[in-house]
Amino acid sequence: MAVESLGSSTTKAKVAPWNDPVIRGWVFQIVVVGLVGLLAWFLVSNTLENLQRQKIASGFSYLHREAGFEIGDTMIAYSPASTYARAIFVGMLNTLKVAVIGICLSTILGTLVGVGRLSPNWLLAKICECFVEMFRNVPLLLWLFLIYKLISEAFPGPRQAINVLSSLYLSNRGLYAPVPLADPAYAWMGLAFLVGIVATMFVKRWAKKRQDATGQPFPTIKVGAGLIVGLPLVVWLLGGAPHQMSWPHLKGFNFEGGIVIQPEFTALLVGLVLYTSAFVAEIVRSGILALHKGQSEAASALGLSRGQVMRLVLLPQAMRLIIPPMTSQYLNITKNSSLAIAIGYPDLVAAVNVTINQTGQAIENILIIMAAYLSVSLSISAFMNWYNKRIALRER
Amino acid sequence: MADVLPGERRQLAPPIVETGALGWMRKNLFSSWGNGITTIVLIVAVAWILSNFLHWAVFTAVFDAKSGAECRGHGACWALIREKYRYIFFGSFPYEQHWRPLFAVIAMLAMLILSSDRRMWNKRLIAIWAIGSFITFLLMFGQINISISLILFVALAAGGLGMILRGSIAPPAELNGWRALAAIGAVGLVLRIVGVLPAWSLAIAPFSYVETGLWGGIPVTIILATYGLLFAFPFGILLALGRRSNLPLIKGLCVGFIELIRGVPLISLLIMASVMLPLFLPSGMNIDKFLRAQVAVILFAGAYIAEIIRGGLQSLPKGQFEAADAMGLNYVQKTTLIILPQALRVVIPPLINTFIGFFKDTSLVLIIGIFDFLNTANQALVDPNWAGFPGEVYLFAAFVYFCFCYSMSRYSKYLEIELNKGTRR
Repeated sequence: MAVESLGSSTTKAKVAPWNDPVIRGWVFQIVVVGLVGLLAWFLVSNTLENLQRQKIASGFSYLHREAGFEIGDTMIAYSPASTYARAIFVGMLNTLKVAVIGICLSTILGTLVGVGRLSPNWLLAKICECFVEMFRNVPLLLWLFLIYKLISEAFPGPRQAINVLSSLYLSNRGLYAPVPLADPAYAWMGLAFLVGIVATMFVKRWAKKRQDATGQPFPTIKVGAGLIVGLPLVVWLLGGAPHQMSWPHLKGFNFEGGIVIQPEFTALLVGLVLYTSAFVAEIVRSGILALHKGQSEAASALGLSRGQVMRLVLLPQAMRLIIPPMTSQYLNITKNSSLAIAIGYPDLVAAVNVTINQTGQAIENILIIMAAYLSVSLSISAFMNWYNKRIALRER
Repeated sequence: MADVLPGERRQLAPPIVETGALGWMRKNLFSSWGNGITTIVLIVAVAWILSNFLHWAVFTAVFDAKSGAECRGHGACWALIREKYRYIFFGSFPYEQHWRPLFAVIAMLAMLILSSDRRMWNKRLIAIWAIGSFITFLLMFGQINISISLILFVALAAGGLGMILRGSIAPPAELNGWRALAAIGAVGLVLRIVGVLPAWSLAIAPFSYVETGLWGGIPVTIILATYGLLFAFPFGILLALGRRSNLPLIKGLCVGFIELIRGVPLISLLIMASVMLPLFLPSGMNIDKFLRAQVAVILFAGAYIAEIIRGGLQSLPKGQFEAADAMGLNYVQKTTLIILPQALRVVIPPLINTFIGFFKDTSLVLIIGIFDFLNTANQALVDPNWAGFPGEVYLFAAFVYFCFCYSMSRYSKYLEIELNKGTRR
């Protein structure tokens, strides 16, 4: 009763408009948005005026013009005669290549180092700690410069290239390796590889069901590895075992044929992986340390080996704590790959930067960079959020 | 013989293999076969790496040489560092004036170290930073013009902020002080605009003027990181409060800004600051390149700090907000007196980690041609007399960065334990 009357009295009470929180809120919002709009209008009108005065073209039509610059590392066909749009796309693919390989490698290395820091072996733990502190406390850019300079200064020129295993050539132009010549069998091998992965997933599901029902374990890892490696091998043999290779050979001042891993790419990847894995190691370590000690003790008491304790009991639980900070590390590695520009690897930012210098159209190009990175960042976050939800603790 | 009474057990010393160095080694290095093998392999590997490194860095190193040619065929060429360290630390600042950036760095480090002492966390710190910053920039620029309208504007802003923040809860004497400050500022500013007050600016010019284009090395790195974070901090607080606000337009603006900035790399923002900012401004108005980079760093840091502070705000129990409302405090009072003091305390350690991150990330400004510490180290390699020793210079730079970042990260760890003493059982 009393509550009711109180409620009705507050709704009925007349409040002066300047004391009404709703009205005040809206006035405040309108003022702030108005100020931001005013600032935006100021900037845009200045920009338009400046563009007109400096006779800079606007719009995205330049994307269809001929780019006219070389790109050192291309995943798809590209020549200076290609368009700007294609040049930027090539850069985008390079960024994605570095990011994807970097994410995979730094996750593996970081997990190893993070687990290593918790090792009962004092020496191993200390070495892992040194690794983490060394890479975490020095700018990534410095590591990139150091690694790049070491590669380009420590290795000889192509003519004196170091020959490893009589087919790999190491020089300051990169690592040249033989590559198989195109053959239709390879496409079928790729298909067999995918079939192997799908089959392994089914085997895993079946094995889990059987273990749940009967308690009998099944060597899923061995069978899966056999399927994933074996199936393409069988297809290769059926396809007549093609073994024509393109061998790298010295021609003029550089190598021809084969496949090349460029020093810029190597330096960027090594630097990114070492730097990020130091952060990943700390995330993994703190994730495991946050678990109650009883978890590992109970698992050991059940007779599991140290490896099994880690793989079956600790890591699955630690994953829930690890995933959110890991997501931001994955985003960081993607964004940090833009440092490629400093050592001359043609990633997205480098390609766009050349485009800015050639066309003078800064605004459009910066918009392209931002849109590209935002879409990559948002898709990584979306994927990790989905994964996080999947492994999250099912609570009542 | 008689030292053991009948019925009493003799205390046996523990076995020698369980105590002391031997016991420790058995427990930590050779607890099992696998462990023992790992230890031996690691010892061999570490010994091999260390001996090679020391051979290069110490035993065959050249510490004194006239040019790089004398270093050829030997180990590390530390003579290069000896020759170039002034340039690496202070860039192209006039050579005979190097004491100025040196003292500026000392002043900034002193401010940072003083701020790291918890006993200093009060109003004194504001005064220390105001005076310290003045000294730093006076040393770096050499000459500073302080215009009278700026002083008046600062007085107005400080008085107004004081009145808003302290509101009705401050003792009357303090409130009157703020009111007086704001009144002086307002009256003075009006007189200045009308033209009664003269337009004189106070020129403090003890040294020769050095423009920002000549700044370089460690002071640039510290200024970009420290002042970047200092200005980004209030900005980040506003963004975080805006993101938690229930006013839809404000929230939308803040979320959009934070996510946009956090989604793109710092490089793209720096490139934007260097090529796009001149387009944004009216023609004829030109902003210094250093300031442009500083603005980019502030915007970037603001978004990251906002997310950290949001974490602190979210960690507060709802009862704190409700209790403040129930006490009849208005939004500003509630936020400044109840919410922020608690939320900020939680986020100090992660904020220091952000500072470490930005200290490292300021190295990216070399992309737009500002001579921070990494860039001056890079430039030291260009000298043809000393070409071909990148490892030495980069290792030296890495060592300097490591000293800064490692000590800050230790401090952050210590603070985390120190601040959690109250909540730990």
